[in-house]
Amino acid sequence: MKTAEENKLSKKVGIYGKEFGGQYIPETLMTELEKVEKAFKECKTDEKFQAQLHDLLINYANRPSLLYYAKNMTKDLGGAKIYLKREDLNHTGAHKINNVIGQALLAKKLGKKRLIAETGAGQHGVATATIAALMGMESEIFMGKKDTERQRLNVYRMELLGAKVHPVTTGSMVLKDAVNATLQEWASRSEDTYYVMGSAVGPYPFPAIVKYFQSVISKEAKEQLQEKEHKLPDMVVACVGGGSNAIGSFANFIDDPSVQLVGVEAAGKGVDTDQTAATIERGSEGIFHGMKSLFLQNNDGQIDKVYSISAGLDYPGVGPEHAALAEMKRAQYVGITDDEAVDAFEYIAKEEGIVAAIESCHAVAYVRKIAPKMRKDQIIICTLSGRGDKDVASIAKYRGVQIDD
Amino acid sequence: MTNLSNIFKNKKAFIPFIVADDPDFDTTVANIVALANGGADIVELGIPFSDPVADGKVIQAADLRAFAAGVDTETVFKIVEAARQQTDVPIVFLTYLNIVFKHGYEAFCKQCQRLNISGLVIPDLPYESRGEIVPIADKYGVDIIPLVAPTSGHRIEKIAKAASGFVYVVSSEGITGERNSFYNGIADLVKEIKKYTDVPAAIGFGIHTPEQAKHMASISDGVIIGSAIVDIVKKEKQNAPAAIEKFTKEIREAVDSVNQAKVR
Repeated sequence: MKTAEENKLSKKVGIYGKEFGGQYIPETLMTELEKVEKAFKECKTDEKFQAQLHDLLINYANRPSLLYYAKNMTKDLGGAKIYLKREDLNHTGAHKINNVIGQALLAKKLGKKRLIAETGAGQHGVATATIAALMGMESEIFMGKKDTERQRLNVYRMELLGAKVHPVTTGSMVLKDAVNATLQEWASRSEDTYYVMGSAVGPYPFPAIVKYFQSVISKEAKEQLQEKEHKLPDMVVACVGGGSNAIGSFANFIDDPSVQLVGVEAAGKGVDTDQTAATIERGSEGIFHGMKSLFLQNNDGQIDKVYSISAGLDYPGVGPEHAALAEMKRAQYVGITDDEAVDAFEYIAKEEGIVAAIESCHAVAYVRKIAPKMRKDQIIICTLSGRGDKDVASIAKYRGVQIDD
Repeated sequence: MTNLSNIFKNKKAFIPFIVADDPDFDTTVANIVALANGGADIVELGIPFSDPVADGKVIQAADLRAFAAGVDTETVFKIVEAARQQTDVPIVFLTYLNIVFKHGYEAFCKQCQRLNISGLVIPDLPYESRGEIVPIADKYGVDIIPLVAPTSGHRIEKIAKAASGFVYVVSSEGITGERNSFYNGIADLVKEIKKYTDVPAAIGFGIHTPEQAKHMASISDGVIIGSAIVDIVKKEKQNAPAAIEKFTKEIREAVDSVNQAKVR
């Protein structure tokens, strides 16, 4: 059964809001996309599939993740009560594993033996390599060359897990170029290969698939908060690159109009500068990477090079459902700069003893701004999408500290 | 407006591809004229895109050279305008949907009509999304040329039935670029398309020698060659027109040898 909000969001299958989403991809991949769509539809009611998914989430990925009351932050900020949804405590250290487990099971169902994936910060690549190792599948990961340099540790982790990592040297050599390369690889070899899309982007059904598997975040959070506080949160905050942890954090609250949904984009050096990745604030409608959505682009439709300190948010587009949620004003999207995110990285480490991913710290930075303006009886859930071990070296560098790595 | 399907009526067609503004404005104009003089039936002119996901290294590099020359959509229109002073050769644009979308479907198709551009090849516009541009393109007499791939399978029927201009048959899986082997069911693929439409079917992706062109022409209605010509432009730079005219004549001959065989 579709909820009222979902009907509003998708009049046609795969269309969000007025016209976001859809399928804009070379013909070579369309038959494959149809197969994925069919398998996805079936898996929702396939008891065996659901049992395997549940088992892996609980016994392998360490779910449910904690909903942790951040007492020190709450006290320090002096406003709303702050809960952190600890996706950083999942196996492999980020929310990415939720989606990857689901899609790897889909790939098995489709008879595929080889997983390919793009990665920005490396978290999705690590998660894909991990599941491939567990399930005895091959994995090849495409990562912008620039990202392989700023996330060297994750490159090594992927290789350790048995994946082949391809540094992508086309374009600006970051996440968008990695997506291009992975799409090209899939178009060249789809017979035995499944593209594990890492974010809630791409042609339908990928945005729906990623949302479905990431919705576990808000499903748990809602139940956990009910148990602790017997009510709904007033606000849910999550960072947005392509938007997978955000759509997962929002999913089960979209139909609760009292819950404010806030997506935090990477503003880089500032929303008004050219060095930004704040797609919803600065972007315009376009068609790219298989979807109609909002993109940072010039008047001719050439996609911009984008910038953020965070390799995971460094993407010129955003998932179509976020574009639709912004259009209908159901969710609000704000920008946080590099400086603010790095401050938040240090802040949450010192206040709560949590080294959170620089991506997630964009959300934390917004919480620092908004919580003091809220009443003490109000509640914020902030999703910590990943852990920050991978970022320690680059944050040190940002602060001018030399460390051997 | 030139009727694309008619071009294929009495012969096998040769459709060469170049990237607009690679390496510069004047050379592109001269290249279009050279292709026409060499015997091209239709010139496929690429409008560069920042992220050409259907294209291999050769065309990606050509797009970068065009960007270095400062290409934008207006410049491409001006190139066609300049070429139209010298030749009436039928031209189709190859570009990605975002270029057309950002310009506005209506405004873009209107420009096509003004410049006598007969059709658009848009690799990231599958059958499912044609509806948003086809009614507008129809209004201005612009064909939206569909692609069929070796993986198309049961999709062939609906794609072929909706086709106008010609059907672009993708010779193999993957992206553009020279190849020495093709999908081995390519002849059957063309036959399957023919079951559902009278619109001609031309084969492209990877073809780069006269022998390959001859073979592909013998099993279809025409041959599309891209990367091999773009490679000549890369090597010859401003001297490209003479070199690509020579290459075009060679391919023309190879394709025509099939025409003659057919007549006999």
